[in-house]
Amino acid sequence: MTTARDAGKAGGILRRIAARITGLAIALFARFITSPRVYYAAPPHPDRQTVYFANHRSNADTVLIWTVLGAATRAHTRPVAAADYWLKSPLRKFVGLDVFNVIPIERLRENRTENPVEKMLAALETGASLIIFPEGRRNESEAPLLEMRPGIYHLGQARPELEFVPVWIENLNGVLPRGSIIPVPLLCTLTFGAALRVEPGESRDAFMARARAALLTLAPEEVRDGS
Amino acid sequence: MDPDLIRIFGGLFLALLAATLGGQLLRWQFSRGGGPAVIERLNARIRGWWVMIVLLAITFMLGKGAVVWLFAFASFSALREFLTLTRRSRADHSALVASFFVVLPIQYIAVWRDWYGFYAIFIPVYAFLGLPILSVIRARIDHYLTRVAQTQWVLMIAVFCMSHVPALLVLRIPGYEDRSLMLIVFLLIVVQSGDLLQFVWDRLLGRREIAPEVSRSKTWEGFAGGVLSASLIGAALYWITPFTPLQAWGMALVIAGMGIFGRLVMSAIKRERGVKEWGHLIEGQGGVLDRLDSVVFAAPVFFHLTRFFWQSMPG
Repeated sequence: MTTARDAGKAGGILRRIAARITGLAIALFARFITSPRVYYAAPPHPDRQTVYFANHRSNADTVLIWTVLGAATRAHTRPVAAADYWLKSPLRKFVGLDVFNVIPIERLRENRTENPVEKMLAALETGASLIIFPEGRRNESEAPLLEMRPGIYHLGQARPELEFVPVWIENLNGVLPRGSIIPVPLLCTLTFGAALRVEPGESRDAFMARARAALLTLAPEEVRDGS
Repeated sequence: MDPDLIRIFGGLFLALLAATLGGQLLRWQFSRGGGPAVIERLNARIRGWWVMIVLLAITFMLGKGAVVWLFAFASFSALREFLTLTRRSRADHSALVASFFVVLPIQYIAVWRDWYGFYAIFIPVYAFLGLPILSVIRARIDHYLTRVAQTQWVLMIAVFCMSHVPALLVLRIPGYEDRSLMLIVFLLIVVQSGDLLQFVWDRLLGRREIAPEVSRSKTWEGFAGGVLSASLIGAALYWITPFTPLQAWGMALVIAGMGIFGRLVMSAIKRERGVKEWGHLIEGQGGVLDRLDSVVFAAPVFFHLTRFFWQSMPG
């Protein structure tokens, strides 16, 4: 599979080597802190083009999914992430664009020059898989999951063969709560569910309800019940 | 390298080899009717033992520094496993960060440098008083006492007690100066075999349960059988210790008993939290705490008894 890396962005070979090393260091550090355990509710197909959609409670969510996907899969997997965060400083730009190869999305509607769904579709066009947090922002409420935005439905409508895999991340919020810099080492688990597709003629609400249910079934019972 | 160390590890490797052969034989026997899960679990557990024994052998070959690092890492993992299950609030973040990145390193540096007067009280006094102060600064009062008490308890178990295993290395026993690694070998073999034998005796003649709510499989008969047979193993190992056979027997009796009760205490916590295992670091064995729960309870007692009765007093 061709990598989805933007040739212009990747820059020189030195930059690419530095990105590779930084990526390995970040993955190693993430493992050291969270010793992540991965469960598969259904057998994974890392070779298929996939949109991984996950619950979002911590800044480190992207890093952890990216880590457990493994080097081969993450070479062609691009996280969809906030542009205002990743484009802020040269260091973040390097980590965001060169290491994680994120698809930067403007969070504020008025700053947008491109349609986010179009941007994601363009990435899918190159063969990339995506990591996306459909809640759109970090969940700091007591509820297990916020309202999910319908972006993934539009992706699935445009590409009916595309698979959507729900990923439930548990415990990472305790590792790095909002406003803290140093992570507390705690064990985290990631549960990958069975893949969904947008069925022909399926309505937006029906698919979004299905996706939400698929994600929530992966949560531990006490979280699902909202205690 | 100490020839006794080679003998001990040689013996352990032979025992493991026998266990592996036995496990594979069982699997081969049953494979026709579809191998039962219990045999797969047994074999996974034996593989876990291989990993741990090889790791220990390598660490012991590398010397004392490596042993301190190994147990510092065990403390780190145990702390990570244990804190995952405790009640936390965002206000505790700095206290937790301090536990991992300040308290733990300081404790192990103090053990390594042999500052006995410091590492013996650092966590029970300074961490005990300091961490609640860190947690009160952002003052979330919900379950405040529960939170600080749990953090302290976890630190005592995962860092303070655990660090008494490598602390055995810096005891100065006349006529035993270069062999202190053997004290760790003695501790680990006696306590771990106590766990194993208690399990065997439970199965053979266990009747009266010690704490039925905690574990249906721990009985007084298993406890007595486990402690007594582990104490015989300890007596038989007197030649690697500074003890006479009788002393080694008595010491083994105490630490095997501490170990088995320690397991029971840690099972009660797991039971209360609704988990079967602390973590998943070692194949077939669960987390670090699943393997070292008994050692953690035995180590400080073993350390202090040995220090009190055998270490030469200065001056």
